[in-house]
Amino acid sequence: MSIDWYNFTPWSALAGGALIGLAASLFVVINGRVAGISGLLGSLLERGEGRGEKALFLLGVLLAPLLWQLFSSLPEIQIDNGWLALTVAGLLVGIGTRYGAGCTSGHGVCGLSRLSPRSLAATLTFMAAGFATVFVLRHLLGG
Amino acid sequence: MRKLLAFLAGVIFGIGLLSAGMANPAKVLGFLDLAGAWDPSLALVMAAAIGVAFLPFSWARWQRSSLLGAPMQLPVKRELDRRLIGGSLLFGIGWGIAGICPGPAVAILLTGRWQVLLFVAAMLVGMVVFAALERQRG
Repeated sequence: MSIDWYNFTPWSALAGGALIGLAASLFVVINGRVAGISGLLGSLLERGEGRGEKALFLLGVLLAPLLWQLFSSLPEIQIDNGWLALTVAGLLVGIGTRYGAGCTSGHGVCGLSRLSPRSLAATLTFMAAGFATVFVLRHLLGG
Repeated sequence: MRKLLAFLAGVIFGIGLLSAGMANPAKVLGFLDLAGAWDPSLALVMAAAIGVAFLPFSWARWQRSSLLGAPMQLPVKRELDRRLIGGSLLFGIGWGIAGICPGPAVAILLTGRWQVLLFVAAMLVGMVVFAALERQRG
């Protein structure tokens, strides 16, 4: 392992992370809900209860880049995958997060913050799977 | 008021993702590439988010309703089952392929990239498939 010092951005990472933590805190303290994006999307699709506040939270996330652009230009967004990889990845993320009852936000941020053993297990699992997948694709298959 | 604040929290969440670098799939893959040139930034994103959210969630765990009177709806399930682990495994593989998880997918959906539209469409299809399978299970 070697650290990529050129791309390492500790201060923006900490500041952005603090904002994510603040948003999740507001949503639980004010709205009584977990800010897990896959769960919010899933409950909208399945017409679960209390959709109004969930939909508005998602709308806020959706509009964030447009509000950002009122004040400055967007940060770099680089996607190198082709259509097939993106389709497969999207399907896996959609099905996997619903079976696993959460994603990086629901399990990784909110779940770990409330010391949930299920979220710890889920986070360790999807992290390990992510590390392993990148290793296979980049270093074993070289693609 | 609760609705307005939910929207505001969503905006803050999205701004956080964008400024953290989480919304750049190439950077996420740089974090997941332990064997290459590793970019540890996203570990700090998570540490900072948990650091800020820990006390509010600790408070919330013991409440029946939120500050503005909404019922407190935290998950109650405790057991580790095959669905949790299997689902997380599939999610991690998908995350490792494209470097996009659901939050950032929503946060960059309106930035005018066909790749994100395709990814989100596939993700929603996956969620609908899950819902259909669940209905079948009864």
